[in-house]
Amino acid sequence: MTNNISSTIDESAVPAHDRKAIIVLQDVWKIYDTGEIRVEALRGVSLGIAGGEFVAIMGASGSGKSTMLNILGCLDHPTRGAYLLDDVDVSTFSPTERADIRNQKIGFIFQTFNLLSRTSVWENVEAPMLYSGTSKTERSQRIEEALSVVGLSEKAKALPNQLSGGQQQRVAAARALVNRPAILLADEPTGNLDTATSDEIMMFLQNLNQTKGITLVMVTHEADIAAYASRRIQMQDGTVLSDVPTQPLTH
Amino acid sequence: MNYWMIVKISLKALNRNKVRSALTMLGIIIGVAAVIAMVSLGEGAQRQIQQEISSMGDNTVWVRAGSRRSWGVRSASGSKNTLKASDFDAMMRECPAVKLVSPSAGTVAQVVFGNQNWNTQIRGYNEHYPQLRSWTISQGTFYGKEHVDAAARVAVLGNTVWKELFSGSDPVGQTIRVKNLSFQIIGVLGAKGYNNWGRDQDDCIVVPYTTVQKKFLKGALSVQSGVVQAVNARATYAAEKQIKALLRQRHRLGPFQDDDFMVHNLSEIAEAAESTSRIMSYLLSGIAAISLLVGGIGIMNIMLVAVSERTREIGIRMAIGARPSHVRIQFLSESIALCILGGIFGLLLGVGISMTITTLVGWPIMVSPYSAVISIIFSAAIGIFFGYYPAHKAAALDPIEALRYE
Repeated sequence: MTNNISSTIDESAVPAHDRKAIIVLQDVWKIYDTGEIRVEALRGVSLGIAGGEFVAIMGASGSGKSTMLNILGCLDHPTRGAYLLDDVDVSTFSPTERADIRNQKIGFIFQTFNLLSRTSVWENVEAPMLYSGTSKTERSQRIEEALSVVGLSEKAKALPNQLSGGQQQRVAAARALVNRPAILLADEPTGNLDTATSDEIMMFLQNLNQTKGITLVMVTHEADIAAYASRRIQMQDGTVLSDVPTQPLTH
Repeated sequence: MNYWMIVKISLKALNRNKVRSALTMLGIIIGVAAVIAMVSLGEGAQRQIQQEISSMGDNTVWVRAGSRRSWGVRSASGSKNTLKASDFDAMMRECPAVKLVSPSAGTVAQVVFGNQNWNTQIRGYNEHYPQLRSWTISQGTFYGKEHVDAAARVAVLGNTVWKELFSGSDPVGQTIRVKNLSFQIIGVLGAKGYNNWGRDQDDCIVVPYTTVQKKFLKGALSVQSGVVQAVNARATYAAEKQIKALLRQRHRLGPFQDDDFMVHNLSEIAEAAESTSRIMSYLLSGIAAISLLVGGIGIMNIMLVAVSERTREIGIRMAIGARPSHVRIQFLSESIALCILGGIFGLLLGVGISMTITTLVGWPIMVSPYSAVISIIFSAAIGIFFGYYPAHKAAALDPIEALRYE
């Protein structure tokens, strides 16, 4: 069962599954150098994530897990090393190119939901499509579809502050899914939710992963949340401490 | 890309902060209103000056005998009185741009009626004088060609002289004495008032120029000056040239000889007056433009506040795929919308102000569509200029830091 992968593994990272790797990190370094302080947030991380995996990244604060998620989400770029997304090295992409990648291939779910305030649920879900030039009819169709997937079709006209935390997170999920991304990145998705709602959201995400085959990468520090995943990566001091497949928790 | 959708996002944001948007716009509104008001007032003032000058006759050319000083050693003729009445007849015959002429001879004298007396100008002209100088006749008639040919002792009173000597009673048919010669009054000129140089234009009497020559200038055949009217204002310059050529020929001046006469017209004075008023309106518009500039800085200030206030929104938008250019367009269109809207309101306000002032002062209203279009384009340009820096700041934000921003 245990399959430790050293952080200093060879250039060709091995995908954990036999399915094709859609995310490959090759010796990725992230160094913040302000001149006075030099912080090595990531120190030579190499790993591969196959399409359809549900990966939980765990680690103490400062372990580099958030930095890794930011790089995976093309919000940031590595100082050194390569990041192959769908076989394309995106580590050297310009801000505009990264924006397009985020728009087309990646969906984000945040701890604080990050919905646009004073903007209706409908318009929140619509927002990513405004940047991809989707036609109006196509947009309406996809919003309805995404809202029905998260079970909030009736709340289309509501404002975020009229919704519960769980509902807000589901709106965020609908927004993340609306451009049909291959990868969903979740940063502490249940950090602001009570236990019952957390389980509800996690089951929803797990179901999304299992039925739609969406690749899910989630950062969390809670073991019982990580238990929903099928693979657990433990980070420490900017390196991968352990990387093990797990039996996903089912209800 | 759906740029229109992004513009809509900006408009919604403006709509959400109505009071702030309105206050921000106020700077542009006042600036544009000031520019519009100043430009239209300036144009109105210029139009007013043009009207005043054309009331003096903007197609009028003045011909004057050469002054002693301008006589060079090369002069062929020994006479200093070379300008003759016949020169003016010749102008009528030979200069196509000339419509009417009148030789002019004048003096200053005391005019006596009964026990009243008045010192005034005696102006000698021919029968075309009212037409030439746009005079109306308020009482009686003007003299005719027969009076001029006969050097008749008839006089037409200026309005001031009439008031001074006759205190408002009917003067027609009465006799006045000028330098001990009696003149029969046949009419009174309509009032013109003071001209731009403060001279009372009605303080004169008008008599045939031949009478002045014969009775007051010891029978001189020359005239001191004359008035020429061009066929229209545009022909004034042509008329001037034709007159110069004709007079040089008639006075037998060789190619190296100076003119023994002077020709000038009021358009020079008009130009001077116009350039004065133009400078004034430039100055005022400059001050107004400064207020527009201040309004623009206000826009920049508010946009900078908006960017830092909405840093998190920018981070979210970037995370879901907004390119830096999308963010830039969103904030630029906010400031441009503010400015254009402010420009439109300012235009309306400016038109209102200038209409009010022009009605009060009585100047012709001159809000040109040109200045309206310019002010709208200009305020959009201000929106771009002062909105660019905040929009650029927004677009250059790091998505991670923007998302973390509290």
